[in-house]
Amino acid sequence: MKDIPMVGGNMIDFRKEFFADERPEVLNEIGKPTRRQDITGHVTGRSPFYDDHQFEGLLHMRCLRSPHHAARIRRIDSTAAEKMPGVVRIVTGRDVPRNLNTLLSLLDFGIDDEPIIATDRTRYRGEAVVAVIARTDREARDAAAAIRVDWEVLPHVLDVEEAVKPGAPAVLDIYPNNKFAYHGKYDHQKLRFGDAETAFAQADHVIEGRYQMSPIEQAPIETCGAIAAPEQDGRYVCYTSTQALFFSLGTAAKVLDLPSSRLHFIGGTVGGGFGGKVDSIHEPMAILGAILTGRPVKFMWDREEEMQVGAPRGAELWYVKDAVMRDGRIIGRKFTGYFDSGAYTRLSSYAIIKGVGHLPGPYTIPNVHADVYCVYTNRTPATAMRGFGITGVDFAIEAHMDKVADTLGMNPIELRLRNAYRDGDMKAHRRLAKNCALIECCQVVAEKAGVKLSPELAALSSTKGGGGDRAQMPAFTRTDENGRVEGYKPWSYARKDGAKRDPIPPGMAPPPQQPAPTYQASRPPSPSWGGDGGGGQTQSGGSAPPASPPPNPPAAPARPGAMRFSSLSGFRRR
Amino acid sequence: MAVTVETHGALADAARAMAGGGTYMGGGTVLMRGVNDGSVQGRLLRSTDPALRAIRATGDGFTLGAGVTMADVLASRDLEFLHPVARVIGGPQVRAMATVGGNLFAPHPYGDFATALLALGARVVPAAGGSPRPLDDILRDRARPHLLAAIEVPRPRDARAFGFLKVSRVKPKGVSVLSIAAHLPRDGGRLRNVRVSYGAMGPAPLRAVSVEQVLEGQSLDPATIARAAQVAAEGLDPPTDPISSGWYRREVVGVHLKRLLERMA
Amino acid sequence: MAMKPVTFTLNGLAKAAFTEDGQNLLDFLRRGVGDMAPKYGCGQGGCGACTVLLDGVPHLSCLTLAETVEGRRVDTASGLAGATISPLQEAFMDRFAAQCGYCTPGMLMAATALLAKNPRPNRDEVIEAISGNICRCTGYEPIIAAILDVAEGRVGA
Repeated sequence: MKDIPMVGGNMIDFRKEFFADERPEVLNEIGKPTRRQDITGHVTGRSPFYDDHQFEGLLHMRCLRSPHHAARIRRIDSTAAEKMPGVVRIVTGRDVPRNLNTLLSLLDFGIDDEPIIATDRTRYRGEAVVAVIARTDREARDAAAAIRVDWEVLPHVLDVEEAVKPGAPAVLDIYPNNKFAYHGKYDHQKLRFGDAETAFAQADHVIEGRYQMSPIEQAPIETCGAIAAPEQDGRYVCYTSTQALFFSLGTAAKVLDLPSSRLHFIGGTVGGGFGGKVDSIHEPMAILGAILTGRPVKFMWDREEEMQVGAPRGAELWYVKDAVMRDGRIIGRKFTGYFDSGAYTRLSSYAIIKGVGHLPGPYTIPNVHADVYCVYTNRTPATAMRGFGITGVDFAIEAHMDKVADTLGMNPIELRLRNAYRDGDMKAHRRLAKNCALIECCQVVAEKAGVKLSPELAALSSTKGGGGDRAQMPAFTRTDENGRVEGYKPWSYARKDGAKRDPIPPGMAPPPQQPAPTYQASRPPSPSWGGDGGGGQTQSGGSAPPASPPPNPPAAPARPGAMRFSSLSGFRRR
Repeated sequence: MAVTVETHGALADAARAMAGGGTYMGGGTVLMRGVNDGSVQGRLLRSTDPALRAIRATGDGFTLGAGVTMADVLASRDLEFLHPVARVIGGPQVRAMATVGGNLFAPHPYGDFATALLALGARVVPAAGGSPRPLDDILRDRARPHLLAAIEVPRPRDARAFGFLKVSRVKPKGVSVLSIAAHLPRDGGRLRNVRVSYGAMGPAPLRAVSVEQVLEGQSLDPATIARAAQVAAEGLDPPTDPISSGWYRREVVGVHLKRLLERMA
Repeated sequence: MAMKPVTFTLNGLAKAAFTEDGQNLLDFLRRGVGDMAPKYGCGQGGCGACTVLLDGVPHLSCLTLAETVEGRRVDTASGLAGATISPLQEAFMDRFAAQCGYCTPGMLMAATALLAKNPRPNRDEVIEAISGNICRCTGYEPIIAAILDVAEGRVGA
């Protein structure tokens, strides 16, 4: 082993000063070169990625995909394809035992909304309509190209602000206004902390900005896929590229209506993921192929599918409005955000929960207001990517900080220093800040950038001056019932503790006692329940007010002892 | 349908077979994509004729077999004037495979080498025989099958007379936002028989006619360069693709033309 | 579908196998011969994960017809190590030049071809040599550093 020089010479070591209680002193690895445990496999080409597993008689699965953003499938004619060389089996949505799922249904989050293979309608370009299983990949492609679909092209919407306008085409019938229903109560996720409106009235400056971010494809070099094969004892083995093995296992078991004990998942060697390999589509498809043919089947996206069909980080649009005093203090901040979920929910609903928990960024602002919408459009469904739920809004926040600094004629580093959170400060999601280091980061940035800080700013510290008044909850928090929705179970956002799954699709209300308002999705499930459109019913206009408004703002899930999300994979007790 | 591959030892045999329908495969860097994704069907024709890989010096230039690769170009000292072009095409793998003949038919936004050959006034030699034709003709009508034996490339008047510039967004190299090639022979300080061409600024590499008109007969001084840059996008409707919008290509082509001309002045 | 026999040398050993018309070399090596080192990343010549050496020169196996390797020498990352790891592999291990490992076999072959032709490349030459290979997670710097370690004789020191 030789020395690997550290970047930059003078290392900045905040650890001992700021995180002394957080980490033990015995750090045996940091600062020393080390070898990955799997590196030998990588450099010899022997690391077993899912596609590296060989099976005698392996069959290949390819999909025919929707060329339209939104369309009704009138008829699928695969008679020519069935007779083509090498074709073993044509697979449609009717072959999927439980052809409706939402990715977070295992956590009881959201309503089943997405077929594995579309049956009657497609909602984004590239959505799978038919799958062909054939002897070679080429034969599967040729046969898929020979399938004829009689399409009825439907109106589509590709922009979040267009999608939430009245009269926009409904992407999903269960969310008729193209907005996810949060907590079964509101068409957006709310954050209410203090009183932003009063802050705007008192501010020296009110500074507004609009920020947007395009979808970003994770683009792993290994495309998503899975190989499944019959094993002994009625089990199926599945080699997969998934980043979330047990998540994919649970999803496959649900969609295929099989006990998970009959599925043997093998993963862990992933050729790049970045969040884009959690959507658990390939595993049920490959296993279904193995069930239907009795043979090993591979379902692997090609590069074009990875880019077009593979779920990206979703597009985001943010409006930020700040109440700012002349001295640079930000006394109020208001957000209106739109996440483009694409045609189905996947993880976007949850990304917003996480994003809203992050607001208003690493700053102590006494009045914060946010309305954030998970919006359905006829674009490729969005999913996780690095910084899940945070990256887009952080871009908006930091761009806006620069705009505020510019308006005040203040150095942007100084503006951040003046507003940075400190240990002990109450944050808008009602947690006390700890381990803060933004002030120190800003001071280092100023030094590196040659920005001279005043003695006052240079003396600031994350460990000093926080807490006290800054630890207090606001004396008054303005709440509202804007965006109230009806017809959803209030707990359809998150539930735990072994609650039994409903006999009807999870999260949907039992049939309402009064005739209105109704949603089509409150029907009993059946394999063809893919949303039959029928002109897209909308929520009836004059819906009754809620029986009793909740006493607390809903965005403050501060019930002592309640479980809350800590990550995609589980809950953590507060 | 499926794919069948026929390999002929002599190019003339491949040319005869082409008459019965089929697609000729050169280096494969474009066509194999279609074979892999299923969009190419039917007969694929190849030839292993050694003449396709030959580089011959002629009186006023060189004859390059249509199967000469970018790596072959880079390995030839005679073709040094084309090294800056070949070097920015693909990585080493692509250069080992991609052929000069194939580049003439590579769809937008590819075709940087063809752009350079167009500015040099290259002529193509049909495989079926007959006299060489200007490359301009082939590029205007690429949809029709043309099987080529070779490309005749005139030697630039002097090293200073030929310039090439490729703009890509990925470093050290990537697919073209655009490329520009200029052959600017000087006669007593004046530019004579000016040829300037663009890659990725239209469906195929094309001549920058307005720019040529501005430069012809002038000296390459700052005022002339400024006027050339001004008309750089005249009459062009470049495609929009994932690399760049057509709007952006029009906006920046003058800037890059100016840089190239300043370098050559 | 017509099957064509192909006889070639793979990592120094004589091989014979059948290919189908239109089959690319990547699929042939993986599915037909069982050499899983070259990887599929795009099938379009864009990523370099499938890079193999044909007669010592790096090629994209996904864009090469399998039948064209008749009589030729094919080298893949499977052949780099004998009983012991090669210096280039050693350098990749030391420099953390592989994170997910998926682009690594292609990177190694691009680097192998460079070092065979030019044993003492400079940094720019290294960058040029791997310019046809995309890495999404390791980052290029550790890869460049590993190749330069070999070029500058720092491996195993």
